[in-house]
Amino acid sequence: MFGRLNADAFKHDLIENLAGYSILIGLVVVIYLMFHHQRWKWIWKEYITSLDPKKIGVMYLVVAFLSLIKGLVDALMMRVQQMFSVGESFGYLEPDHYQQLFTAHGTTMIFFVGMGIVFALMNFVVPLQIGARDVAFPFLNAVSFYLYAVGAGLVVISLVVGVFSGTGWVCYPPLSGLAYNPGVGVDYWIWSVQIAGIGSLLSGLNFFATIVKMRCSGMTLMKMPIFIWAILGTLILILFAFPILTATIGMLTLDRYLDMHFFTPDFGGNPMMYINLIWAWGHPEVYILVLPGFGVFSEVVATFSQKRLFGYVSMIWALGAITFLSFIVWLHHFFTMGAGANVNAFFGIMTMLIAVPTGVKIFNWLFTMHRGRVLFTTPMLWFLGFVLIFTIGGMTGVMMSMAPIDFQVHNSLFLIAHFHSVIIGGVVFGFFAAFAYWFPKIAGFKLNERLGRYAFWCWMIGFILAFMPLYALGLMGATRRLDHYDAATGWQPLFVVAAVGIAIIFLGIGFQILQVIVSIKHRKQNLDTTGDPWNGRTLEWATPSPPPEYNFAVIPHVHDRDAFWTMKHARVHHKPHYEDIIMPKNSAIPPFIGGFSFLLGFCLIWHIMWLAAFSFVGIIICMIIRLSQKETEHLISAKEVEKHI
Amino acid sequence: MNKKIKIIFSVLLLVAVLWVSVLFVDINKLSVLNPKGIIALKEYRLIVISTLMMLVVVIPVFFMTVFFAWKYRSDNTKAKYRPDEDQNHLAEVVWWGVPFVIIAILGVITWKSCIDLDPFRPLQMNNKPLKIQVVALQWKWLFIYPEQKIATVNFFQFPEQTPINFEITADAPMNSFWIPELGGQIYAMPGMSSKLHLIADAEGSFRGSSANISGTGFSGMTFIAKASSEADFNAWVESVQQSSSSLDYNKVVEPSQYDPQAFYLLTDGGLYEQIVMKYMMPTPKKYMGK
Amino acid sequence: MTEHLDVRAHHLEETYSKTIFGFWTYLMTDCILFATLFATFLVLHKNTFGGPGAKELFSLPFALTETLILLTSSFTCTLSKLAAFRNDKNKVIAWFAVTFLLGVAFIAMELNEFAHLVHDGNSWQRSGFLTAFFTLVGTHGLHISTGLLWMIILIVPVFRNGLTPVSLKRLTCLRMFWHFLDIVWIFIFTIVYLMGAL
Repeated sequence: MFGRLNADAFKHDLIENLAGYSILIGLVVVIYLMFHHQRWKWIWKEYITSLDPKKIGVMYLVVAFLSLIKGLVDALMMRVQQMFSVGESFGYLEPDHYQQLFTAHGTTMIFFVGMGIVFALMNFVVPLQIGARDVAFPFLNAVSFYLYAVGAGLVVISLVVGVFSGTGWVCYPPLSGLAYNPGVGVDYWIWSVQIAGIGSLLSGLNFFATIVKMRCSGMTLMKMPIFIWAILGTLILILFAFPILTATIGMLTLDRYLDMHFFTPDFGGNPMMYINLIWAWGHPEVYILVLPGFGVFSEVVATFSQKRLFGYVSMIWALGAITFLSFIVWLHHFFTMGAGANVNAFFGIMTMLIAVPTGVKIFNWLFTMHRGRVLFTTPMLWFLGFVLIFTIGGMTGVMMSMAPIDFQVHNSLFLIAHFHSVIIGGVVFGFFAAFAYWFPKIAGFKLNERLGRYAFWCWMIGFILAFMPLYALGLMGATRRLDHYDAATGWQPLFVVAAVGIAIIFLGIGFQILQVIVSIKHRKQNLDTTGDPWNGRTLEWATPSPPPEYNFAVIPHVHDRDAFWTMKHARVHHKPHYEDIIMPKNSAIPPFIGGFSFLLGFCLIWHIMWLAAFSFVGIIICMIIRLSQKETEHLISAKEVEKHI
Repeated sequence: MNKKIKIIFSVLLLVAVLWVSVLFVDINKLSVLNPKGIIALKEYRLIVISTLMMLVVVIPVFFMTVFFAWKYRSDNTKAKYRPDEDQNHLAEVVWWGVPFVIIAILGVITWKSCIDLDPFRPLQMNNKPLKIQVVALQWKWLFIYPEQKIATVNFFQFPEQTPINFEITADAPMNSFWIPELGGQIYAMPGMSSKLHLIADAEGSFRGSSANISGTGFSGMTFIAKASSEADFNAWVESVQQSSSSLDYNKVVEPSQYDPQAFYLLTDGGLYEQIVMKYMMPTPKKYMGK
Repeated sequence: MTEHLDVRAHHLEETYSKTIFGFWTYLMTDCILFATLFATFLVLHKNTFGGPGAKELFSLPFALTETLILLTSSFTCTLSKLAAFRNDKNKVIAWFAVTFLLGVAFIAMELNEFAHLVHDGNSWQRSGFLTAFFTLVGTHGLHISTGLLWMIILIVPVFRNGLTPVSLKRLTCLRMFWHFLDIVWIFIFTIVYLMGAL
């Protein structure tokens, strides 16, 4: 009746209970407050059933930020364990629990923080920057968000019911196969990533169609903002890479559910195939995460140097080179698996080639600052921090692309320090810069600058303390994923420094939360009345803050790159001609599809097959209902649009 | 406190903390940077040369970042302001070209070193190599000496200045066999046999571990590799042959964590091959059992 | 009033263009999914683990029949498109019905082949080769089955309300889907059955 779900699934140790139940209590508190302030109707209409990408972008942001907190708590717990678990002491965490922590940390950060940031940015910025009113498929956009949220939800619920995977975030077989991990942990990973992955693929499709088909008149490809070019590269990567992930996780699922032999070491299976496939997805994935960050920095550096972006065409070539190369480097994730000298050398050389266009981008950003007038706003600080951190990450990346060096540092903390350098520098700092930069457009008021600066310095110093020691630790022979080590290794003092670093990062997060609260409190003093708080250059600044549902009262016609800058400095002003606007109506179906998907995932994990079938049928019925709905759009008359100005 | 002083203070504080923490780093414990064998030595040299070559680009980048940010700060009205200056073909040639040349050089070095340091490639030396077969188990390492007919757990000894030919497999999920002071690692995979060739220049005790997560007891998979004189090695082999019980593989293969070192007589010289073949061909029991 | 209609007409045109483009893009991603399964099949197709391989298990005449059925169904699908151009609702339904029946015949043959294999002890649990075979061919079969279900769902409104712009758009997507699956089958026939038996 309930598959393999029984009372044991709810039994956890003290720490797991603390974590799981505190999240549940938090949820209950939020639900209570919603009832108390009678906000259910408001949130249902304004956000949950909305098909407006600006609203969906905010929802992505909320889930991404909550996931960031969870991922950081996972990291803090790991650092504390590694600080104490030396010699005779085995720390405060059981090895099984510790292994779930690093697996959940990686899974959460990559899929729910990283991808959440990427899609939040796309939803909010892309239609505005290309002069469009919406995305190509608004309903699909909402469904994609719910699939992403369902994935995050499944990871969270594993804290209360059952266990999460302990295999590491990439889930290698044979460890993740039935023979070594028959329990629910790996299945939680499978369904949370699979469902979120389908959401990502659908989003990729959506925004690709949006950019190709919905740019405003006059905006040829070479007049698009560079951020849109970066997103275009990201979308191409998503469209090519995510189907590989879907198929690969699908095969692992078949191994586990139907006793197949894709990746079993016996019966003619081949575990190395999984590793090849997962990294054929995995490498493009990390570029999917970082390219939007590069796009953000291009916008931020130009705006806050009060100068045109240097080398627009060169930047596009660089983006293209990075996108193309990222498909032919995946083997560098497993140089140590014994592919042979020539194969290793080829992939190593392809990998180090990526450093060239990436370096070109950095030089172009620096030369945008050159002969500009640089304003050290928070976004600019994040950019400067990025250059320092990311360059170190890039340097160590080129080192590891030389296979014989990689033989010595693969899977050591040196590798961990490398990828955190590039991810935190590129993706996280890029996100924080984007958040500070576009917040006035989203919310209608500016963020408190001083608290933003404090947050930046905490992150910068915290990052250096948390990760520089890890380079040394890797060179001292420390591998990743260790829950205990001998005193004779001499590693402990460096783990202590790293723990201090993450504490400072938490201080930074504290400042960021405080910043949002204080900014909301003082919003009336910091209103963005013009829609253009930074003297911006691109089209999103041509709308009010926040923009109306339809973004632009009149779709602009652009003549140049930096379209808004040109518009601002033009002498001629035309009388606007208003037209009727057709926009999608809200729909309750995406949250229902989300609900059924969550149930489907949960039931598949626990082998409650009858209920899983029911949920699947529910999803199909939702789709059929949507397809048979006739009145899915509403018309806003030209008169109304004019009145609203 | 004004801004400048705040920044200087923070930087000094950071430097102080880093310097203090560096004091805690025992240089000798930086295994990868203190090679004890020719393979690790070559890999170390690659680290040095690649770092130096990249600093050619990295140092100007750091300098420009700080310098441009300072010189072109908005309240420095003395600096030139050219808001529409957005391209320079010479600059593009330099920053596409110079890094490309550096990468090309590193690329050639990579190709050559991949061949030279291929784990499967035997060391080009005259002395007779010693063969050791390595099996990664649920959460310990088994070392088999097929010629000496002994086997050990979580410890193995070998003569200095002698090439060791490792054959590596697993009867467990994927692991990775790594002794940082002697050289790089290679994966230990069930149903497959990897090779690694290492050598120790002098006597010493070297720490090794698994570098790929293989389950609950993964952290306990450390072992000691001891290089001794030839005479000491032979004496050690003899003492193991004299005083140990026979290896019961079925017992050793059972999951256990943080095992102490153990020494056995090896009765079945073909044990390693059997462990590998176990995964590759159906045994009647295994197939019918499905 | 006419302004409203102009805006609506333009909107419909834009929606049609976006939908077809979006569906094409989806088919390309499905292509990559199949490519992954093909790559896996190619890696595993010799791993019979002591059991039977392609030569022993596959019947070329059987596979050829399946191929001809599917190719014919693609042809009848195109005939329904021609009928749609002529706005002939009844012919559209009729040709889709034929396509549907051919699709059902294809699935029936495939299930028959699978049942025999399982019955003889050569299920997907037997070896890496059979795992890859069942998954690749089975995934294609699942796609075909989804297409058949889609046909039923789509034909109902056509039956009741005739050929509206929306239903024409959706029929176009369905046809693209069906042709795509036909192309994938050609690859399956070549790589799995032909190369296996020769």
